[in-house]
Amino acid sequence: MNRINNKLKEENTSNNKVEKLLSIYFTAGYPKLNDTVSIIKDLEKSGVDMIEIGLPFSDPLADGPTIQESGVSALQNGMTTETLFSQLENIREDVGIPLLIMGYFNPIMQYGVEEFCKKCDKIGIDGLIIPDLPVDVYHQKYKEIFERYNLKNILLITPQTSEERIRFIDSISDGFIYMVSSASTTGAQNSFGESQINYFKKISKMDLNTPQIVGFGISNRETFQQATKLTSGAIIGSAFVKFLKENSINQINEFVDRIIK
Amino acid sequence: MKNLFHADKNGYYGEFGGAFIPEMLYPNVEELRKKYIETMQEVSFQKEFQQLLKDYVGRPSPLYFAKRLSEKYQVKIYLKREDLNHTGAHKINNTIGQILLAKRLKKKRIIAETGAGQHGVATATVCALMGMKCVIFMGEIDIARQAPNVARMKMLGAEVIPAKSGSKTLKDATNEAIRDWINNPEDTFYIIGSVVGPHPYPDMVARFQSIISEEIKRQLVIKEGTENPDYIIACVGGGSNAAGAFFHYLEDKNVKLIAVEAAGKGINSGESAATSILGEEGVIHGSKTLLMQTDDGQITEPYSISAGLDYPGVGPQHAHLFTSGRAKFLNATDDEAMQAGLELCKLEGIIPAIESAHALAALDKMEFNKEDIVVVNLSGRGDKDLDTYIKYFKFD
Ligand SMILES: Cc1ncc(COP(=O)(O)O)c(C=O)c1O
Repeated sequence: MNRINNKLKEENTSNNKVEKLLSIYFTAGYPKLNDTVSIIKDLEKSGVDMIEIGLPFSDPLADGPTIQESGVSALQNGMTTETLFSQLENIREDVGIPLLIMGYFNPIMQYGVEEFCKKCDKIGIDGLIIPDLPVDVYHQKYKEIFERYNLKNILLITPQTSEERIRFIDSISDGFIYMVSSASTTGAQNSFGESQINYFKKISKMDLNTPQIVGFGISNRETFQQATKLTSGAIIGSAFVKFLKENSINQINEFVDRIIK
Repeated sequence: MKNLFHADKNGYYGEFGGAFIPEMLYPNVEELRKKYIETMQEVSFQKEFQQLLKDYVGRPSPLYFAKRLSEKYQVKIYLKREDLNHTGAHKINNTIGQILLAKRLKKKRIIAETGAGQHGVATATVCALMGMKCVIFMGEIDIARQAPNVARMKMLGAEVIPAKSGSKTLKDATNEAIRDWINNPEDTFYIIGSVVGPHPYPDMVARFQSIISEEIKRQLVIKEGTENPDYIIACVGGGSNAAGAFFHYLEDKNVKLIAVEAAGKGINSGESAATSILGEEGVIHGSKTLLMQTDDGQITEPYSISAGLDYPGVGPQHAHLFTSGRAKFLNATDDEAMQAGLELCKLEGIIPAIESAHALAALDKMEFNKEDIVVVNLSGRGDKDLDTYIKYFKFD
């Protein structure tokens, strides 16, 4: 069984105190080209449940300024798809939590979609998040390949996604559904408003088969708790990338403690 | 048979096209996809569109027989005078169409990207005309080098927001516009300036620009007794003026279609925008097409002396016309285009946009029979380029 499914099952069955899953995004190759492995290890040691490794792209349409800038630096540092794969080559000797790669479709196309998936499988990557690979193209063209290499393709829903489409996405999802918290690009927010809370409630009432994890706009304990009240977990991206910009990578546990301790 | 070169219902042209968009954009793009053809075909829409093209844009644009240019190249050359349109280029055909659509979809706020500023000016113009709020994204570097167009947009009431990300030029302005659309999914309509972006944009923009070839057919019958020229030549940045000039001729293989890309300082100079030669298949701004990129799939920055042609991709229809061989792709360097622009001034008294001058530069690269009829789409006028002409030819 895939580590993502395992993790989510584990969280849901540790029933005396329901633990919510904390996932952290960071951009590979930032702040320094070779920080990737040590960031992953420190995140796991600090108690993070899952990690999204960002493959940087020159034109990240769905990202706000913080993640954009980290991507520009990472590319300037020399990050490439091949480099990332070689950094991750032995990651499974040390790290047990689910690892996903988040990247845009063009670099994956250039690498070759099947080659890319094969390599991920070999390394022990559990899933992919590709924001600009549309649901129907994935469904018709790539689902089989992803499954052959044991990769969960994580699909997004937003407050604007219709109920019918959410049902469809639920029906072809495995792992989790990435619930984008509001109509926006990535970026940190200090708290969620009424419309977001209502959206979390609406989705919760739909009683979907696939667990939901909230992303975009989670930055601190308050937003983490709001976001996970009715869902299985939350993903922090920009706030962590910003932390890395302003602090040493030796202080990762401080960041994580502030969210979950 | 009829549909070899137009978009299929999912917006594919052969292998190219589609809508590679993040889920956040799906409702907006889907709404447009469902409604664009139906809305464009409404009688009231067509009436308003045609009326504005006539009275506001000044259409039909003349099909002018360029006698002295014809003598020089020993062939019959007609110029399709898009340069005489209001705001000075073909871009306004599209912005008029899209703003009428935006109104019918009850959108309140218009956003657009611009490189040289031509599409930005054409968008700001129709927003003023319709009393709609207008926000234009423009690369920080382009803002600095296209000051007169920035001033025009501001005079017309638009807010111009500098795109500071990435390479700070057209592709980044487009990224910023798309991000703005993600952040404003309900009240905002994105007017894209060329036949690029996710389906239905390439097809929609081509349909609005198809007025160009519709008129060429009518005008050529009167002048030459045939609807069909032997050649149509147009420059290609994203490809909208070419798409419009080719539209009604796509299925008629007797008409040879010539697309001219900007070679910049030379195809192999590292400073070029000749996407069909230098590009590989990939996804840019929501569309699968040919684009200039590194081996690792990072999109690279193109170069051309003409700001309207330095886009790293090309519309998906053009990618298909190129790979299928339906259109022939040529290219012109900065120098060739500048000389061709100056030649048109001297022979015909017309100062062309530097983009359009690339199309003219192709004349010298082709072999014609004396009786051949050639239509060159003169996509815009050169007023906006005076600074570049002055510097290049040292007129000052
Ligand atoms: C006069 C003129 N011609 C051509 C172009 C290139 O655009 P397209 O290839 O979409 O026609 C531009 C773009 O700014 C332009 O201003």
